[in-house]
Amino acid sequence: MGPISRRLFALESRKGWAAIAVLMVVGLFVVPFLNLAVPEGSFFHISTFWVATLGKYLCFAILALALDLIWGYAGILSLGHGAFFGLGGYAMGMYMMRQIGDRSVYGNPDLPDFMVFLNWDSLPWYWFGFDQFWFAALMVVLVPGLLAFVFGWLAFRSRITGVYFSIISQAMVFAFMLAFFRNEMGFGGNNGLTDFKDILGFDLSRDTTKIGLYVVSAIALVLVYLICRAVVSSKLGRLLIAVRDAESRVRFLGYSVTNAKLFVFTLSAMLAGIAGALYVPQVGIINPGEFSPAKSIEMAIWVAVGGRGTLFGAIVGAFTVNGARTYFTGAAPEIWLFFLGALFILVTLVMPKGLVGVYRSIRSGEMRDAILRRIRRVDV
Amino acid sequence: MSMSEPTNSAALAESILYLEGVSVSFDGFKALNSLNLIIRRGEMRAIIGPNGAGKTTMMDIVTGKTRPDTGRVLFGEDVDLTHLDEADIANLGIGRKFQKPTVFESLTVFENLYLSLKSDRSIRETLFARLRGEQNDRIDATLKTIRLTERRDDLAGDLSHGQKQWLEIGMLLAQEPELMLLDEPVAGMSDAETEQTAILLEEISKDRSLVVVEHDMEFVRDLDCVVSVLHEGSVIAEGSMDSVQVDPRVIEVYLGR
Repeated sequence: MGPISRRLFALESRKGWAAIAVLMVVGLFVVPFLNLAVPEGSFFHISTFWVATLGKYLCFAILALALDLIWGYAGILSLGHGAFFGLGGYAMGMYMMRQIGDRSVYGNPDLPDFMVFLNWDSLPWYWFGFDQFWFAALMVVLVPGLLAFVFGWLAFRSRITGVYFSIISQAMVFAFMLAFFRNEMGFGGNNGLTDFKDILGFDLSRDTTKIGLYVVSAIALVLVYLICRAVVSSKLGRLLIAVRDAESRVRFLGYSVTNAKLFVFTLSAMLAGIAGALYVPQVGIINPGEFSPAKSIEMAIWVAVGGRGTLFGAIVGAFTVNGARTYFTGAAPEIWLFFLGALFILVTLVMPKGLVGVYRSIRSGEMRDAILRRIRRVDV
Repeated sequence: MSMSEPTNSAALAESILYLEGVSVSFDGFKALNSLNLIIRRGEMRAIIGPNGAGKTTMMDIVTGKTRPDTGRVLFGEDVDLTHLDEADIANLGIGRKFQKPTVFESLTVFENLYLSLKSDRSIRETLFARLRGEQNDRIDATLKTIRLTERRDDLAGDLSHGQKQWLEIGMLLAQEPELMLLDEPVAGMSDAETEQTAILLEEISKDRSLVVVEHDMEFVRDLDCVVSVLHEGSVIAEGSMDSVQVDPRVIEVYLGR
């Protein structure tokens, strides 16, 4: 093995790699196989609806990883990560909007429908380049990255931490929502961007395209996980934990806390942008609702439920909470928000380390000891 | 009373830390009042004084946490510390131990030392850094010095109070600073631990300059070095422990008037 592959291999324990391999086989082969090759009437068939739903969860899992990287490790709780997710989504939406061409309702080959509707006669400057996929793909990471860099530089340099940072990040995403609601912004206002036809020439209405997007999202999740794992297992990862534990001590060791936070916050925003870009073609729409503060808060709940500071927990949390949402919105939509609230309180009070923490304490026998202690009322 | 002349260029030439006319006030309270202090290269210096005398503020100023209103703070002969931030000052070679032991609780003892070890502090280097053999050896040597070899892979949060104090001193050692500032290194330690710490500091002071702020008079006596007595933000006496103890001004300050 060369030095690079050896370092890659060292990112995970043997068990970790085994788990990743099993999940990849299930995700990348079993699920598409059960959808495409197993006949529809069969018990084992997975409908395309479910594949697409899983595809959405994969994007949420990427987003949760991005948030865990900064919250779980560096202690930066962003309640505005929807801004980066949304901007990545808008960048991809703009590309797909330009791909519609003259197939739109108004049939104008140069302008999206909403611009024709607003009587605009030419494309605003910031839409240039978005007819090229490579340009849009670049913007998916560059725009959220740049925003995070500027916002983070201002905040971290002024040593804004803790709940103050959370509040201003929330204010930022709220400002984005208000701005994108305005028609004059040139992003479709209230309705956002929708009616997409195809991506890179693949028809979005076809099942194979949907499965393709699901597979790409699954691969992206694995790659993002490995990137995050590489960061947290590096010396910089230790430094981030040190910043979380005792920020000023880190300064007196000679490290720049501002730069460390800025690096990880910008990286996290870029990953969130990728999640948004993969999400939008799968749901077929991006609108200012993605910038609603409630959505950004919910992302923090995914991470808390799964267990922060573990990376794997973020993925578990994103799947668990969103799975529960899919179930409740079908079975009992009116109690979903109560359930979500109760879940958050429960996690905070009873399992501060999330589902992963519960699993670990069961494995290590701590849980059994605690229960036994309670039953016997003596120290074990 | 006579004090060392602050503008003495000979004193400046052999000093590692040179404070001249340093004043700072918080909300009208003068924490430091035209403080003059010279630490010679290789010297160990103890600083004592009643609560509110300005001991911690003096350290804050030297390490860049607080900016003085007036005065000069020089490291070596010509580096002005008043315009630098904490990280810059740390990288120049000034290490600091806090009053309350501050270690990274969710990292292991080893990792605490690994982060402290003198190295390129840039983000890029930190991201791609690999632990080298000689770094490992240095950490092991430091562990031995601070008597924590057995606790190498335990979380720092699980150490006893005294062990945390030692770990923090070890982190300072790993930084290889030219000047170490220790704020109450034996606070909360048992008598045995205090004694061992005095021996440890004497060992450490062989290669570098040391400024120790302490309340524990027995400990200061054990250090056997020049003592500066701070009161209301300036030095009122300087000399051996025996000489400052009989100084009438010092007695007045400690016993009240």
